Amino acid sequence: MIKVNNLTKAFGPKLAVNDVSFTVERGEILGFLGPNGSGKSTTMRMITGFFPPTKGKITVGGYDVLESPIQIKKLIGYLPENAPAYPDMTVRSFLTFSAQIRGLSGSKLRKAVDRVLELCFLDSVAHQSIDTLSKGYRHRTCFAQSIIHDPDVLILDEPTDGLDPNQKHEVRGIIRRMGEKKVIIFSTHILEEVEEVCSRAIIVDRGRIVADGIPEDLKLRAPGAGSVLLKLRDANVAEVKEKLQQIKTVDSVLVLEDEFTLSLRIKAKYPAPGGDLALSVSQAATDAGWRLEELHTESGRLDEVFRTITQSETAQEKAA
Amino acid sequence: MTISIRNTWVITKRELGGYFASPVAYVFIVIFLVLTGFFTFSEQLGGFFLRDEASLNSFFSWHPWIYLFLVPAVGMRLWSEERRQGTLELLFTMPISTTQAILGKFLAGWAFLVIALVLTFPTVLTVRYLGEPDMGVIFTGYLGSVMLAGSYLSISCMTSALTRNQVISFILSAVLCFFLILAGWPPVTDLLVEWAPKYLMSIISSFSVVTHFFSFRRGVIDSLDVVFFLSLIGFCLFTTSVILRSLRTN
Repeated sequence: MIKVNNLTKAFGPKLAVNDVSFTVERGEILGFLGPNGSGKSTTMRMITGFFPPTKGKITVGGYDVLESPIQIKKLIGYLPENAPAYPDMTVRSFLTFSAQIRGLSGSKLRKAVDRVLELCFLDSVAHQSIDTLSKGYRHRTCFAQSIIHDPDVLILDEPTDGLDPNQKHEVRGIIRRMGEKKVIIFSTHILEEVEEVCSRAIIVDRGRIVADGIPEDLKLRAPGAGSVLLKLRDANVAEVKEKLQQIKTVDSVLVLEDEFTLSLRIKAKYPAPGGDLALSVSQAATDAGWRLEELHTESGRLDEVFRTITQSETAQEKAA
Repeated sequence: MTISIRNTWVITKRELGGYFASPVAYVFIVIFLVLTGFFTFSEQLGGFFLRDEASLNSFFSWHPWIYLFLVPAVGMRLWSEERRQGTLELLFTMPISTTQAILGKFLAGWAFLVIALVLTFPTVLTVRYLGEPDMGVIFTGYLGSVMLAGSYLSISCMTSALTRNQVISFILSAVLCFFLILAGWPPVTDLLVEWAPKYLMSIISSFSVVTHFFSFRRGVIDSLDVVFFLSLIGFCLFTTSVILRSLRTN
C-alpha cells in the first residue's frame, strides 16, 4: 500500500532523511521510532505530500506522491506533530470543516462528525472553542480530524504525546482496532506503546533505518535478551556453576549475588524468544535437588535495543 | 471544476467565519465606519458640506489612505497565523490545491472588506437626502473602492505568507501599499515632473492605485483600470503561491 524507495531529504547541506526504503501493507501497524531529529517527522511529511522529497519515490495506493498529490491526500488521514487546529473554531465546526474538505456533505457529513466525536470522546466539548481546550482534548480533536473520512492510510506523528495514561490507553485501543483494516504508520518515543500496538517497528537514527522487524525480534537484539535469571536458596556456587555449564545451550554463567540467596544470570548461546534454556535449567535444578526461588527468561527490553542501536551508531560515527 | 469551486468555498467559509468568531471583525468595522465618516464630513479633510455638490467625492478620496492601514490589518493574519499555529501543515495535507487555498482565503478577506464597505450606505442615503447625486458615479466609486481594497489585500496576503509574525506582515504590506499610492499622488508626481521625462513619469504613475482609482471615482469603468487591479491581484496571489511552495520545499 505504501512504498518508499530510496527516500532522501536534504535541508541545505544537512540530510534529514538519508536513503530510506520500506513497504507497508494493509493490516500492518508500523511503529516509527527514533531519537529527536532523526527524520521521523520529515519522512511522514513527505509521505503525506506536505513537502516533496529531494530524491526517491513514494507511492501510496499505487499513486505517486509527486504526480497525483490530491489522490494521495484523499487516501491519507494525517495527524501532524503537536496536533495543530484552528483555535477560533469550535470542535464541531472544525470537524465539519475537515469533513467538508474531504468531500462529505449532508447526512453523511453529520454522521461522520458524530462518529468521530464519539470515538474520540469529544462529545462533552463539541461546542467549546478549541483554544479553551486542554492539551489532551486538542490532541484528540486533531486526531478526530485525521480519521473523519475513514481513510485507508493513517499517518500519526506522536499520537499519544501529551495525553494522560487513560487517554493514551484509549487512543492506543482506537489505533489497534483500526489497524486491522488499514495501513497505519505512527511515530512515538514511548517504547511500551510499540510493543502494545505495533505489528512491526522501524528504528531510524540520523535519517537512516537502523532496524526493521517485528517487536519480538527486535527485542532479541537487546543485551541479555533470552538469558535466564536463576535464584537459589542454600546452594554451593562452584557446584551450581559447574552443573549449569554442562548444559549445551549455555554460553556463560554470571554470579550476580551470593549471600543469603544465590542469583545467577545464564546467557544463552543462541538467543531465542522461546523458553528452551529455562527448561534445561529447571531440569538441571530438579536433578540436583536445588531449592529454587526464582527462574525466568529475560525477554529483552525494547528501550535497551533502542539505546544500544542508536548510541552505538553515534559512537561509530565519532570514531570514524 | 465544480470540486475546485467547492473546495475554495469551504476555505472561504471557514476563513470568513474566523473573522466574525473574534472581536477583530467588529472592532475593524467600527473603526472603518468612524474613520470614513470623519474623513468625509470633517471640514478640513473631506469637506463634504463645504463642497456644495451632490457627490461622494469627499468620501472616496480618502479610501486609499484609510485602506492603507486597515486592509493590512485584515490581511496580515491570512498566512502568518497558519504558519504560527502549524495549521499550514494540516491545510496542505488535505486534498486541495495550493491555488484553491490561496483563492479561498483571499476571497474571504475580500468579502469581509466588501461587507464593511456596504455598511457605509448611510453616507449614500445622506447625499441622496441632501441633493440629487449621479447614482452611476456612486456605483463606480464603490466598485473602484472594492478593487482598491482587493489589491491592497492581495499585497497583504503575499507579505503574510513571508513571515509567521503578524506585525512584520502588517508593516511590510502597509509600506508596499504606500508606494503604490505615492507613485501617483500629486505631491510626488509634481516633483517628478520637474526632472523626469514625460514617458517615465507616466510609467511610474501608471503603477499607482490612486491613478486607476481616480477614473472609477469620476464614473468611468475603463477596462485598462480593471485589468490593472485584477492583474495586480493576480500577480500578488501568484507570488503568494510561489512563497508557500518554497516554504515547503526548504
